[in-house]
Amino acid sequence: MPDHRPRARTRSALDPPLSFKVIRAVFLTLLTGFVALPVYVMITSSLKPLSDVAGAFRWIPSGLTVRPYIDIWHTVPLAKYFLNSLIVAGAATVCSVVIAVFAAYAVSRYRFRGKRLFTVTVLSTQMFPGILFLLPLFLIFVNIGNTTGVALYGSRGGLILTYLTFSLPFSIWMLIGYFDSVPRDLDEAATVDGCGPLGALFRVVVPAAVPGIVAVAVYAFMTAWGEVLFASVMTNDTTRTLAVGLQGYSTQNDVYWNQIMAASLVVSIPVVAGFLLLQRYLVAGLTAGAVK
Amino acid sequence: MTSVTTEGAGRLRRTATRVRGTGRVRRGALPYLLLLPALLLELLIHLVPMVMGILMSFRELTQFFIRDWSRAPWTGFDNYDLAVDVNRPVGEALLGSFLTTCLFTLLSVALCWFLGTAAAVFMQENFRGRGVLRALFLVPYALPVYAAVITWAFMFQRDNGLVNHVIHDQLGLGGAEHTFWLLGDNSFWALLIVSVWKGWPFAFLIVMAALQNIPKELYEAAALDGAGIWQQIRRITLPSVGAVNQVLILVLFLWTFNDFNTPFVLFGKSAPEAADLISIHIYQSSFVTWNFGTGSAMSVLLLLFLLLVTAVYLFLTSRGRRDADA
Repeated sequence: MPDHRPRARTRSALDPPLSFKVIRAVFLTLLTGFVALPVYVMITSSLKPLSDVAGAFRWIPSGLTVRPYIDIWHTVPLAKYFLNSLIVAGAATVCSVVIAVFAAYAVSRYRFRGKRLFTVTVLSTQMFPGILFLLPLFLIFVNIGNTTGVALYGSRGGLILTYLTFSLPFSIWMLIGYFDSVPRDLDEAATVDGCGPLGALFRVVVPAAVPGIVAVAVYAFMTAWGEVLFASVMTNDTTRTLAVGLQGYSTQNDVYWNQIMAASLVVSIPVVAGFLLLQRYLVAGLTAGAVK
Repeated sequence: MTSVTTEGAGRLRRTATRVRGTGRVRRGALPYLLLLPALLLELLIHLVPMVMGILMSFRELTQFFIRDWSRAPWTGFDNYDLAVDVNRPVGEALLGSFLTTCLFTLLSVALCWFLGTAAAVFMQENFRGRGVLRALFLVPYALPVYAAVITWAFMFQRDNGLVNHVIHDQLGLGGAEHTFWLLGDNSFWALLIVSVWKGWPFAFLIVMAALQNIPKELYEAAALDGAGIWQQIRRITLPSVGAVNQVLILVLFLWTFNDFNTPFVLFGKSAPEAADLISIHIYQSSFVTWNFGTGSAMSVLLLLFLLLVTAVYLFLTSRGRRDADA
């Protein structure tokens, strides 16, 4: 369960000394500058005319224009890429969360042979580099296409399947932590009152773990939304996602930096907003495993 | 379990039956049924590709055999010989890429850990604007990689980038000739900056959560004993995050070592030699020069290395923890 205790924790009644305050102020100011610089560049450049971003960098735009925000939809089929990303990331999220709910419930609530093997396997697959799965999956998809005619390579379904390689183990792992934090007495009481095991899962455990499930879903979505490796190999013209599509703003003659920045901002806003809204739940889940 | 048919059987008895019933199910097939979808998918997306990857690494798998990889000639350990023979170009390049990745990972993890820990410690106490700052610090973590890294790529452009504008035009450093950041030796530093920018908020998040678990009384007691704030940080705050650091550093290491997205968006399919991280190197060996056999052998070697490092690290840290507990 997320921690709702107030975050502000006064360390001591004494006011910190000046040296501490000065060092803190200097450090946090520099760090803020470092963090905010690209955000500033992204926002201001997205409002600049092309002549501004093609020449030497300017801190202040010579003139503000919203043209890049109109042009981004025509220079490349951004709406199509957006839709593809939405479908792929959404489907990968739903699949992995639904399957992980069952698996995590089994691990959290039952004792069975092979449980430890299962959890260790799930945990260890998270450390494997994506490149390890990319080559074989690519060849499997190509070969399945050649022998059965089922076009997995280049299809959204194929891409969704590859995204499960990272979103499924992550979802299972996080949900085990969340389900463990739901008191066992609750679903045992539900079982006593006549619920089957699945009834207990869906009437008691899932509702109690809703914040955790939402956080896992947001995180899985975010990761899939930002994925580049599989997207760059496993997509074609019709299934291309944003990760690959944004490269279309660089042509042989021109790089439309103002449009790239505008498009980057547009594709970032949904996930950044979602993340900032739900980060408290996410932090609770991410740290539950680490702090224990 | 039979249903209760005896007349007068009370609720207690029924309850007892159900409890025993659950007990039976709990040892039975149900957990496996619940796991079945996950097991099938794990098999499909992890186990089969991994076994296939290992098999592929023993074959001469070039573009001619992509349509039917089972026809590729079996070559035994030739791919591995090629990958580790540092006297030949392929092995030499792989070793170079591996060493670059090690140095890069070391620096990136150290900087991410330092920035994250320092920021978390400094923001442990409440001050005006803390909430806004905290949200801002999480933005690099939340931004999609390609959007964030492409912005950095823009900033590192030679002629129209912010970095050269500030260094050369505004500060007058480094001469009149603009620096190449995404080509040549400087690309290592460009990549490192982007990686730290993207990675440190994770350390910040984890350490901040760990600091919330420190009992307030510890600080009060220390303050009563006359410990100043620096002493409190050194004696209470930093030791308290020790256990969390073990996991945090391992996770940062694995993510940084395996990172493909950042160099790929920054440099494209072929990174400059100075910033040729191992995952990009394998990608290039496989999909640019179309030699999947060698690429697979490199992947397997990478996996073995990661497993070894993780095992040694977990062994050392768990022993350290046992010693500390004793």
